[in-house]
Amino acid sequence: MDWLIILSNTAGSMLSPITMAFALAALGLAVHFGFAGLLNFGVAGFMAIGAYGYVISILTFGFPWWAAILVSIGASIIFAIILGIPTLRLRGDYLAIVTIAAAEIVRLLFLTTAFTPVTGSALGLSGYHNSFRGANPFEWDGKRGFGPWTYTATEFWVLVIGLIMITVSLLFVWRLVKSPWGRVIKGIREDEDAVRALGKNVFAYKMQALIIGGILGALGGVMMVLPSSVLPASFVTALTFFVWTALLLGGAATVFGPVLGAVLFWILQAFLANLLPALSDIGLLGGINNQQAAIMRFILIGAGLMLLVIYRPQGILGDKKELTFVK
Amino acid sequence: MSSKEPLSTPEKTTGLHIGEALPGVKKVDPILIVDKVSKDFGGLRAVDVDHLEIPRNAITALIGPNGAGKTTLFNLLTGFDKPDTGTWEFDGSKLAGIPAFKVAQLGEVRTFQLTKALSLLTVLENMKLGAKEQKGEKLLYSLVPALWKKQEKLIEQKALEILSRFKLAEKKDDFAASLSGGQRKLLEMARALMIDPTLVMLDEPMAGVNPALTESLLEHILNLKDQGLTVLFIEHDMHMVRHIADWVVVMAEGKVVAEGPPDKVMKEQAVVDAYLGSHQDVDLGVVTGRIKK
Repeated sequence: MDWLIILSNTAGSMLSPITMAFALAALGLAVHFGFAGLLNFGVAGFMAIGAYGYVISILTFGFPWWAAILVSIGASIIFAIILGIPTLRLRGDYLAIVTIAAAEIVRLLFLTTAFTPVTGSALGLSGYHNSFRGANPFEWDGKRGFGPWTYTATEFWVLVIGLIMITVSLLFVWRLVKSPWGRVIKGIREDEDAVRALGKNVFAYKMQALIIGGILGALGGVMMVLPSSVLPASFVTALTFFVWTALLLGGAATVFGPVLGAVLFWILQAFLANLLPALSDIGLLGGINNQQAAIMRFILIGAGLMLLVIYRPQGILGDKKELTFVK
Repeated sequence: MSSKEPLSTPEKTTGLHIGEALPGVKKVDPILIVDKVSKDFGGLRAVDVDHLEIPRNAITALIGPNGAGKTTLFNLLTGFDKPDTGTWEFDGSKLAGIPAFKVAQLGEVRTFQLTKALSLLTVLENMKLGAKEQKGEKLLYSLVPALWKKQEKLIEQKALEILSRFKLAEKKDDFAASLSGGQRKLLEMARALMIDPTLVMLDEPMAGVNPALTESLLEHILNLKDQGLTVLFIEHDMHMVRHIADWVVVMAEGKVVAEGPPDKVMKEQAVVDAYLGSHQDVDLGVVTGRIKK
């Protein structure tokens, strides 16, 4: 068992496109659930809209990469409005049911062969990188960096854009939730009738929160497909639950918690994905073979999520008094 | 505080109505006029009010047995529920079909029977949320603090003023969840005042409040009248109704069955039967049959 490789792979996952994608999506979910109390189980749908919005704009319409990101944002706004109009007047749990269904509809639309020329159906799409890579200001051969963090110029460019998106999003959300606007949506999380009785247009605020969180989810989707390719199979419901895990790990009603949660989630993922097969190789996991061992991490993560919700519902950065599931 | 001293009897506002005090009587200066408002729940007619006027700058009590439709009427009048028929007018503006948040903005603000303190917001945040026309509550403005910091300071000042009046000022940084039931009632009322309402509708302000706090709650309600506000409240505590109400409206089975000044209306046979029960002078043990007369 080579501890150096295990630890190096784990450390590398701290700063990877998928971690950044999770950070963005979890931040969006924090706006939805942590601050506005909207039970969105359609994170994967928002991410898929963002991912495909970006890729299709480039491949089908020939947009430059930055315009494609704007298209993703626009598409997620439309998706949020379509989702919000019928459901935001209903009780929270209905939103959960509708969002989970809507996310599946979105995924199946990208999977169906009816639109293969545009969506690539099950095989997904690739080869849309010219515009993005052409804009890369960094140039070097091979890999640069230190320790586990060595990147090609292209990989580095992806990370830089990811960091910029995360920083801007963090500032944006931080500013929002510290403002009177944030006070209103937190009030709605607590009791929307009370806020309504104080003369606030609750529906409009919930819609705004749904849109903002949706945009961040879409940016997470863009981040996911920025390095290589897009596949409909990435946007299954499990993705939603992983983002939820990252959010709850960091702290749902916090601004920096989702980012911390995403990083920790992927550190843990990478650590277990490297450790478990290695343990199986040296026979420490009984009859479980190498491949089964790698899958075992999902079981452990599921159990971890349960423990988290029961024993530390506020997450790592949260205030126990501010967010618990028991009211 | 000499709490043993009996409450001084507050000065009652009289001469509110025109003509005989029958159900639906005209008022000299009504703030709220209700016409033919009805609401069915399945086969049950929960509210069926033919005509009702609430006098301005007075304290009106809405009483009646459980299930009389008092809270439903509150919900209808504040836009929290939609009636099947009817119109109503608040301070000159028609309110039928107007959503709840706009009703509140017009100055008709309510509290709830089950107190709705926003538990995981601090007491001060609860208060600040009440202020209306806040620039910082608009999405794009909220991103630039310079646009709303000044207004926020004024709102905070006002909130602290009201909080100290309600003796909650030292609790301002606590989560509302940590307050006692009575304090939450106070907070809810204080928060409603942040809107600068003209009509305050209180749904059972005394329910679950201990006697010591009751006194200060009563004081606050009387103060509202002194400040020129109108109060309409639902209450089951007859002593309180007698003590502070200028006018009493009695509902039973969705209808207004009597109205008038408190000392008169509570003696009416219809009220005694509908509300206090026909056994009001008999020992409870006799009513239940445990004690033989």
